[in-house]
Amino acid sequence: MATVNVSNQMCRPYVGDTQELELEVDTVRALINELERRFPGLGPQVEESMAVAIDGVIVQDTYLEPIGPDSEVFLIPKIAGG
Amino acid sequence: MNYLGKDVQLKVVGTRPIRPDGVEKVNGRAAFGADVAVSGMIHAKVVRSPHAHARIKSIDTSKAEAVKGVSAVITGADLPDIPSEEAFVGEGPANFREMSHNVIARGKVLYDGHAVAAVAATSAAIAEEAARLVEVEYEVLPHVISVEEAMADGAPVLHDDMFTQGVDPKPTKASNVAKRVEFKLGDSNAAFSKADVIVERQYKTQPVHQAYIEPHACVVSYNPDGQAQIWCSSQGQFMVRAFCAKLLGMDIASIRVMPLEIGGGFGGKTLVYLEPLALALSKKSGRPVKMVMSREEVFRGSGPTSGGTINVKIGATKNGRIVAAECETILQAGAFPGSPVGPACMTAFACYDLTDVTAFGYDVVSNRPKVAAYRAPGAPISTFAVESAVDELAQNLGMDPGELRLINAAKDETKAAYGPTLKNIGFVETLEAAVASQHYTSDLGEAPKGKRRGRGIASGFWFNIGGESSGATYVNEDGTVTVVSGNPDIGGSRASMGMMAAEVLGIEVERVRTIVGDTASVGYSFLTGGSRVTFATGMAVTQSAEEVRDDLCRRAALIWEIDADAVEWRDGHAHPAGENAGKFDPLSLSDIAAKSGRTGGPIAAKSSINAQGAGPGYATHICDVEVDEETGHVAVLRYTAVQDVGKAIHPAYVEGQMQGGAVQGIGWALNEEYIYNKDGRLDNPGFLDYRVPVASDLPMIETVLIEVPNPRHPFGAKGVGEVPIVPPMAAVANAISNATGLRMPNLPMSPPHVRAALDAAKA
Repeated sequence: MATVNVSNQMCRPYVGDTQELELEVDTVRALINELERRFPGLGPQVEESMAVAIDGVIVQDTYLEPIGPDSEVFLIPKIAGG
Repeated sequence: MNYLGKDVQLKVVGTRPIRPDGVEKVNGRAAFGADVAVSGMIHAKVVRSPHAHARIKSIDTSKAEAVKGVSAVITGADLPDIPSEEAFVGEGPANFREMSHNVIARGKVLYDGHAVAAVAATSAAIAEEAARLVEVEYEVLPHVISVEEAMADGAPVLHDDMFTQGVDPKPTKASNVAKRVEFKLGDSNAAFSKADVIVERQYKTQPVHQAYIEPHACVVSYNPDGQAQIWCSSQGQFMVRAFCAKLLGMDIASIRVMPLEIGGGFGGKTLVYLEPLALALSKKSGRPVKMVMSREEVFRGSGPTSGGTINVKIGATKNGRIVAAECETILQAGAFPGSPVGPACMTAFACYDLTDVTAFGYDVVSNRPKVAAYRAPGAPISTFAVESAVDELAQNLGMDPGELRLINAAKDETKAAYGPTLKNIGFVETLEAAVASQHYTSDLGEAPKGKRRGRGIASGFWFNIGGESSGATYVNEDGTVTVVSGNPDIGGSRASMGMMAAEVLGIEVERVRTIVGDTASVGYSFLTGGSRVTFATGMAVTQSAEEVRDDLCRRAALIWEIDADAVEWRDGHAHPAGENAGKFDPLSLSDIAAKSGRTGGPIAAKSSINAQGAGPGYATHICDVEVDEETGHVAVLRYTAVQDVGKAIHPAYVEGQMQGGAVQGIGWALNEEYIYNKDGRLDNPGFLDYRVPVASDLPMIETVLIEVPNPRHPFGAKGVGEVPIVPPMAAVANAISNATGLRMPNLPMSPPHVRAALDAAKA
């Protein structure tokens, strides 16, 4: 199962003190759905405002990116640039 | 397909062909925003607030409208009152309602230079004269310029509906603090007990403008059928289209944006300022409208990046291992929320392998222009403080500052201070190259009498991004190739797109011409920013070229009447794949192009992707300075930028990005600042008084390219445009400290400030 870190401040209103979860998800889409099922409101928050770091690779605005069974998943604010 | 690996011999990628846009830029024929003219065009000027903070009691446009030649006058009432809606734009989250209110004020003006009306007339002179006749009655309100003033108890509040986000409990009183952000790993507070040496200091940076050479400019034509055309220079034609549609209440399909050459953006052209006003004026007047900002307007009315106050505390053991780190970053957002405080916190310690670290910050509004993105938004500010503190730590430990960085450097499998585990990074390689460089190991030489010399080193990090991008490859009838990119070329992307396509097709790059498509002729692309275009749009172009290459093989198979699988593409020619395929003379791209009609029609492919996995960028800079003890002037004697660039597609452009970023950072370090008077008016809105470095101020910026390929890109590219501006301020400050023994915690380190510090030390 993937280890999903939800400790970022942007998750806190939804997850409270929860820091990490073990989730059986194989794509970002599945991750968003599962987070929404467990913590209503977190799914749209992740989808609209956050990036997902999967094994150190930052992805954002995508449903399709695969998540491995032993992946480290970290939720962080979305990144832009100048 | 991946073109990495020892066995792959690249023929075009990694070479330095002549710049495809060089000639027309040198001879002045390149068309920038202000160069466009269309039939029936009129000209418009903006009426701007002379006050830092004031309530608009009334606006009387009648005298302006009565001027002969005036076609239309607009105020905020002429733009739709759109609801609050969050969006993610150049630098981060933004709100379309606030964007609209920044484009033209409603109810209150929030900074000196805030637009309150615009006048269109048959000539720019008439528009300017009529603009002076627009009568605005203001009720002047108290203002705040610095973050300290804005956060003080009893400070005038800019937005009475703004409550600080990210704090618990949720505030019930409006304030100028838009939000608080925090990133935490381990327990820094407890970990300081393990430190033998602790450094702690407050640093301050000033807001600085992107200082692009070309002021904002556009021509907009709104047609009676509701369709509009916009010609402008920006960092994203699709961004201009989307923002104008949102701010004017139009369908996206009703607006077509033609991108022009851009005379610099650096993040500052990821927003709209003039285009929505020109659109409203064109709609009202029935004429195409041209608007061009003056340099003064650029300074007063468009976004700089934030200034900041940063409190840093770092603790280390006596052998140089950092055991705890904390950083508080307070950033000025300008008149509306949206400073880059989030990335400032995330990048503050991203160069280091730390287990106990806390970075938190505040986004604070004040009566200054709303900030806009500027290369690696936020990172240079927090990094100036952290890298200065690391240098001070090295001094206190009696260690070489490069060596101290190497001891603590982030590497593959390091858990980044902002959370994820890092992969495929080249920070250690940049540090090792810097420390071993001829520059770092050379003697500083003896300073002339009355001057002191010193050397500084500093590092920096930026994430880089990918995102949605489109590209297309078209084979022309004569076998030349046209590549269409969805992104404005602000750093040489036409060259890199053409080179990647040429590499895939096995032809000379001179046979490929790359253009930037308008919004109706190429698929959607997110704007040019975040160091993403060579990575993301490059992937799209590469994919389209690969589709073309595969199609060329199919066409050759058709001509030879063999299976497509029996054809391979090498050196720009179709060849039979082996003995069994039959004996045929190779067909060149030109041969196949000449028969395209007979083999199925035009040969072309488009690709639209959402590129993910942009590798992060790391850089280490070395700076030598000479400080004049009498005047406080700091001369940069020698400067070297070392950077992990993934794979340099066109090394000369990469070096240009590194040199440009370093020079902008040196300006940020030594001279640039906004000077507001007691009334909150900007006193230095021009390059005479806002001093940016010029060529004669600086030595040649030396560059060292470190290539740690990004496995997610077909050629290994990483973004290169942003991280070069991250280390310079600390590199310069550390060099001054090395020269004088003085720590300069406040920017700019301009002659008066350096002289004052020297005098204070003597006293």
